[in-house]
Amino acid sequence: MSRIIDRTAAELAADIREGRLTSVEVTTAFLDRIAAVDGTVKAFLHVDREGALATAAEVDAAVAAGQDLGPLAGVPIAVKDVVVTKGLPTTAASKILEGWIPPYDATITERIKAAKMPILGKTNMDEFAMGSSTEYSAFFKTVNPWDTGRIPGGSGGGSAAAVAAKMAPLAIGTDTGGSIRQPGAVTGTFGAKPTYGSNSRYGLIAFSSSLDTPGPVSRNALDGALLHEVISGYDPRDSTAIDAPVPPVVEAAKTGANGDLSGLKLGVVKEFESSYDKAEPGVVEAYRAGVEQLVKLGAEIVEVSCPSFTYALPTYYLIAPSEASSNLARYDGVRYGLRAGDDGQHSLEEVMSLTREAGFGPEVKRRIILGTYALSAGYVDAFYGKAQLVRTLIKQDFEKAFEQVDAIISPTTPFIAFKFGERTGDPYQMYLADLYTIPTNLYGGPGVSVPVGLSEGMPVGLQVMGPVMGDDITYRVAAALESTQDTLLADTAPEISANLRLTAFDEKGK
Amino acid sequence: MSTISREEVAHLARLARLEVTDDELDAFAGQLDVILESMKTLAEVNTDGVQPTSHAVPLVNVFREDQPQPSLPREDVLAGGPDTAEDRFRVPRILDEEA
Repeated sequence: MSRIIDRTAAELAADIREGRLTSVEVTTAFLDRIAAVDGTVKAFLHVDREGALATAAEVDAAVAAGQDLGPLAGVPIAVKDVVVTKGLPTTAASKILEGWIPPYDATITERIKAAKMPILGKTNMDEFAMGSSTEYSAFFKTVNPWDTGRIPGGSGGGSAAAVAAKMAPLAIGTDTGGSIRQPGAVTGTFGAKPTYGSNSRYGLIAFSSSLDTPGPVSRNALDGALLHEVISGYDPRDSTAIDAPVPPVVEAAKTGANGDLSGLKLGVVKEFESSYDKAEPGVVEAYRAGVEQLVKLGAEIVEVSCPSFTYALPTYYLIAPSEASSNLARYDGVRYGLRAGDDGQHSLEEVMSLTREAGFGPEVKRRIILGTYALSAGYVDAFYGKAQLVRTLIKQDFEKAFEQVDAIISPTTPFIAFKFGERTGDPYQMYLADLYTIPTNLYGGPGVSVPVGLSEGMPVGLQVMGPVMGDDITYRVAAALESTQDTLLADTAPEISANLRLTAFDEKGK
Repeated sequence: MSTISREEVAHLARLARLEVTDDELDAFAGQLDVILESMKTLAEVNTDGVQPTSHAVPLVNVFREDQPQPSLPREDVLAGGPDTAEDRFRVPRILDEEA
């Protein structure tokens, strides 16, 4: 048998259920892997060895007693630090929440716990999920396991790196403009942004409430689908939740793995196609090779026109910061987290301003100012209001396209993992990372990124976008593409040099 | 001409209760100008007769029965506060002396 950490979540779940491995063995293997390589990768902000092993032991006792605990029982998971976890530090990688221990669980945390999945720890991210490189974490940078000089994507760089470096078989991410899919693409992992409203936002630290969507990060589509079904479904505590059955994503991933896409129409967006000369040639090449594979599997490629996609980036960067400037008003130094300047000399308002100055990093401040601008009297119609109108046009483009095709494909991101520091000086260059992922967020439909090949030795992702509540089709196409690869791309990552830095691991999160 | 001046950025920061340093003001003004320039392209788009989208999935009001439920234990909530006293969050003075 291969090493425990090389096995997929689906395999591990079967091993545990059928008694070939215990959950304690599995969980220990991943915890040991974290201890061995996370000193280098730095994907985790906090590791909960004790808690993870306690859950694992519960699973083993239940399995020994003949109980069936469900499809992923005993399989450990890493959780992005923007998801609240009762009793475990949750910071959204911001100084303003450093040391905060949530008194409650997010709905998806509850569901992970109910599924008896040991939580390994909390993963690093761009502060409040604002960024595409995880360089905006207030604590430290996470490296790309494929090349430690490069970014792991963002905002969910920690979750993607943890899965890519085999420190976790599964992870939770959140996607507001591409924060699950773009890290997936640049780390050679699978990531899915489910239909907005199908996965509860209750207990996600809010960034942009009309866009935020939690979803799975994994090594392949089937594992992602298994996790998707664990966390997905109606939640009355989220006022924008969709009260409808979860699309059959596991079945779709299994169907896709048969490698037959005959009869399926896949759209390519005319306005994207004409912009690929601005993307990296190696990325476009890998994407086109992927499209050829999909054609060989029987899919028909149909060009669709989505003229408003050209305006998706500015639309997003008006809507998301506007919502963020409102959502982040809650960090006022009163009820949780940091308080600065409370020396008896400063008024409450001054303390709020000093707290927010000390607690927020540069990208968060930029977006709060941008959102405040877009919402301020005199500008609101020209900026925020206009963005809401263009958002409607983008939705309509999708709706029209899905009258012609079953799913839409594109590269996930225009470039491979870039080097540290390459884009932090020019925020707009950073924003371009989400050029192809943002339209789906504005529309609300599902989108997945699946590894499609390499460029300059670094992974490239192919994005599959589906209609609202059509998550299953995205999984089917992704799994079909995987079936054309001899080896999962995630399995070909170079081995991390195991610099045993146990102390760095032990000190974290304390 | 730039879309946004250093003074405007300082004003917006005050509105958002953000202290910003002089260095930040210099950096943000230039960066926000680039970003806002790209946003001006939205003016090209004809949106006559288009209804705004505030949420991805259209929903009407969602109601539930108004049933009392236990809230979080007070001590658990106060435990996250930066300063608490007498079972409450302690805050600095709200009004200036002269106010």
